Amino acid sequence: MEDANTNELLGRLLGPAGPEIGCDACFEELDRYVDLEVAGKDADAAVPGLRAHLEGCPACREEHESLLELVKSDES
Amino acid sequence: MTPATTTVEGVMRTTSVAPGATLDPESQELLQGLKSSGRAYDDACARLHALLLRAARFEVSRRRRGLSGAEADTIALEAADDALLAVLRRLDDFRGLSKLATWAYKFALYEAAVKVRRQTWRDRELPFEPEALGRFQAISPSPEEDVEVRERLGKIAAAMDDVLTPHQRRVLVALAVNGVPIDVLAERLSTTRGALYKTLHDARAKLRAHLEETS
Repeated sequence: MEDANTNELLGRLLGPAGPEIGCDACFEELDRYVDLEVAGKDADAAVPGLRAHLEGCPACREEHESLLELVKSDES
Repeated sequence: MTPATTTVEGVMRTTSVAPGATLDPESQELLQGLKSSGRAYDDACARLHALLLRAARFEVSRRRRGLSGAEADTIALEAADDALLAVLRRLDDFRGLSKLATWAYKFALYEAAVKVRRQTWRDRELPFEPEALGRFQAISPSPEEDVEVRERLGKIAAAMDDVLTPHQRRVLVALAVNGVPIDVLAERLSTTRGALYKTLHDARAKLRAHLEETS
């Protein structure tokens, strides 16, 4: 907490303003979303609301970051 | 989505693939093995477990947060084992909309991430009071900070008492103010990540609506 700034805290308190999916839907769609991202396709258009959820949910965001890095490392 | 059913040659069970989806050869070969029996099934399970263990180790190494090497190894192996069971149990849910490895990885990453978060917080009391919020309000804004942001924070603190239910306030404070991982809070409150996030989402929506009404 000590190194967080007030803008970050504000973001965590108010969350994403746009429509978002929940954690369960995020888990279901995450693999498709990441493979589309790695392929350079429009993942946000294919899975609306997932990006907003990642902004609002640190746990799902961490898992998205890891899956993206892992799949990219497979591709390289 | 209304999946069409296609049968991969040599597979004992049918494989449901979403319309328009085509499996890459690697995914098809592994899926075929996982849906067969005997030696082919055992070999496919071993290949799958190796993929899951790689993913679990990848996640644990990124998030270990002070865990010893032995603890990290144990967590990665347990996560891979749990993910293997989850993947095999849900194999019929795979629709070929991603590579099979990507689909499987997410189970291992989830299992590993949850275990690391819970292990890291295992002996800690969960903070449910917004002391951190008070500290933010008490500190004078630095020159680079926007005073309006600080005032907005004060309005939110007041609104948390006025418009949220006690449960919503408790969840918001733990997750958003005090940084408790959602899986840790879910375990302590005997609920799920999804249910807690719904509570958080509703609390945030109430706060945003209140700020809009009162601005």
